[in-house]
Amino acid sequence: MHHSYAVNHLKHLESESIFLLRETIAQFQNPVILFSGGKDSIVITHLARKAFWPARLPFPLLHIDTGHNFPETIAFRDRLVEEIDARLIIGSVQESIDKQRVVEEKGPNPSRNALQTVTLLDALDEHQFDAAVGGARRDEEKARAKERFFSHRDEFGQWDPKNQRPELWNLFNGRKHHGEHFRIFPLSNWTEMDVWQYIKLEKLELPSIYFSHDRETVQRNGVLLAVTEFITLLDGEQVQTLKVRFRTVGDATCTGAMESPATSIEDIIKEVAAARIAERGTRTDDKRAETAMEDRKREGYF
Amino acid sequence: MTENFDYQDMDLLRFTTAGSVDDGKSTLIGRLLYDTKTIFEDQLEAATLSSRRRGDENLNLALLTDGLKAEREQGITIDVAYRYFATPRRKFIIADTPGHIQYTRNMVTGASTANLAIILVDARKGVIEQTCRHAFIASLLRIQHIVFCINKMDLVDYREEVYESIVRDFKEFASRLEITDMSFIPVSALHGDNVVEKSANTPWYEGPTLLYHLENVYIGPDANHIDPRFPVQWVIRPHSKNHHDFRGYAGRVAGGVFKPGDEIEVLQSGFTSRIKSIETSDGELQEAFYPLSVAITLEDDIDISRGDMIAKPQNLPRSGQDIDVMLCWFSEKNNLRQRGKYILRHTTKEVKALVKEVKYKVDVNTLHKVEDNLDIGLNEIGRVSLRTSQPLFYDTYRRNRITGSIVLIDEFTNETVAAGMIR
Repeated sequence: MHHSYAVNHLKHLESESIFLLRETIAQFQNPVILFSGGKDSIVITHLARKAFWPARLPFPLLHIDTGHNFPETIAFRDRLVEEIDARLIIGSVQESIDKQRVVEEKGPNPSRNALQTVTLLDALDEHQFDAAVGGARRDEEKARAKERFFSHRDEFGQWDPKNQRPELWNLFNGRKHHGEHFRIFPLSNWTEMDVWQYIKLEKLELPSIYFSHDRETVQRNGVLLAVTEFITLLDGEQVQTLKVRFRTVGDATCTGAMESPATSIEDIIKEVAAARIAERGTRTDDKRAETAMEDRKREGYF
Repeated sequence: MTENFDYQDMDLLRFTTAGSVDDGKSTLIGRLLYDTKTIFEDQLEAATLSSRRRGDENLNLALLTDGLKAEREQGITIDVAYRYFATPRRKFIIADTPGHIQYTRNMVTGASTANLAIILVDARKGVIEQTCRHAFIASLLRIQHIVFCINKMDLVDYREEVYESIVRDFKEFASRLEITDMSFIPVSALHGDNVVEKSANTPWYEGPTLLYHLENVYIGPDANHIDPRFPVQWVIRPHSKNHHDFRGYAGRVAGGVFKPGDEIEVLQSGFTSRIKSIETSDGELQEAFYPLSVAITLEDDIDISRGDMIAKPQNLPRSGQDIDVMLCWFSEKNNLRQRGKYILRHTTKEVKALVKEVKYKVDVNTLHKVEDNLDIGLNEIGRVSLRTSQPLFYDTYRRNRITGSIVLIDEFTNETVAAGMIR
């Protein structure tokens, strides 16, 4: 029998991610998965279950909750947690504000995006997590293109992009001093397209906001924002009900929608293939400055 | 990307790019991304704005890959940047490594996981010291396929004799290296000649374009499918009602092929058993090979833990506490300490290692052995003997990149200070 021992790119990526998740369990005392309810963290959770099957998911899930949520995402999160019998920990930005750890932004579009970093670092500290597994991908953003799989954070949770540990072959160095931690990015080598193809292949369920639906929106700074209780309409802004979907799931005040008729994964894959705007192009948080992501990451952002 | 994305048939090619400062490496990558429609309109717009702000005459495609503030300010690439694109045939992962002398470390890092290396040569400058260094590192890391892009052909009026003389010069140098598959392509990254589309400016060139070559180069035999090696990463014991007695050894196959029923030997205990099943959450497999991550169950209950290696009795890896490595030094702070102790990682095993002897250093530009100065510092490469606190189960790097590679970690700073290839 002729045999090529070839596997397709999705199998390759899946295998690599499973290897990294197993390394995470083996090298750290108390790792956690950062779970936003977005598709990348859903894929990570799925891969983690596969990596340790038939044993239970060995990681708890940590959701940094900005309070500015789409209710569909929260409902999805709670259903998934129950279905897979996971332990869910919630770090609340509202609580950080109430405890005066952070101060809410002013203005018509107050974003809690930057505040999340404090809540995240506080939660990691409170629960003594020494590794936080995230769904960030290198293709998302130019500062993320420089990330490691095992990314070191100092005792202040800071990332130093100029002083990163080289990663060779499949040898990952998770050694650290007391008080330091690691961010682990098993999807580093995946692209948005790979994630969608994998979701289709594995028949994963997603929150409904990824698919086309009618929603009240407002056009602001080139981004189509959902009209929610968290934003204040400005003079002259028109509310329009459109058929939209979301490409990323985040704080409702900075995650833009796109007009789309896509109601299935297949439709979305076609749309992604034809897209001319980057996935995070609908995020106002990245548009605040050219190096907005690098600046936030240095501080300890996702 | 086309509409009919039959992604089940796509495979994966990892390549690294190396060139000297201003060889146009980032421009070439930008061109590949742009011409395969991987770059999005908004990213292009952002790069156009930045180019204008910097006073560049044309769109500076390098701004698409050089993401860090310091890189954009200084117009250089500091760190390995990973980039991705796909065609209907293949998904590509690019490890873009900087060309400055002080960043050999990054090239070694990028090369360690690559199937193919693109080395850029400036057609006006020809083969220079850095070209030789890049080719040497690619061959040292055993990248099987090397593509030389003779770039900036537009600046030498697309003259065939310029191209031919560079190819000749390089082949002369390369005869001292071990390179399995070498190709040469005349390109202009700036104008796109022979990158994605065949150029009308080089009618004398009959070879493929760069993208055609990347899509079609045969990478099947690059992984080892001969010597069965399975480093155990983790032991899965669910203790659940449905899987009460399940005991799976989780890991990623590093070499050879494993099948249910195979007789195996566990190192270091030397116990033997047979494979009962090869488990994944999608069902049992009839065979496992690189790069699959699986869990193996055995017929017998034997004591196995992380760091052990499952192999076959008739094909065992080498074992021992004395290894001989080609070491590339990464630390800016300290040089390699003779008689120094480090933490050594090999597959899933972590041991201590003592530097017994530095045999020689390699001048990476001339390939000469240096024996009168054995002090190994940042970006230097040398042949070193190490003694480990426990036996390692390994192959030569030439035989298997996974079971033949190590890194050294400083036990005080926890930094990865060196990478080694076992001889």
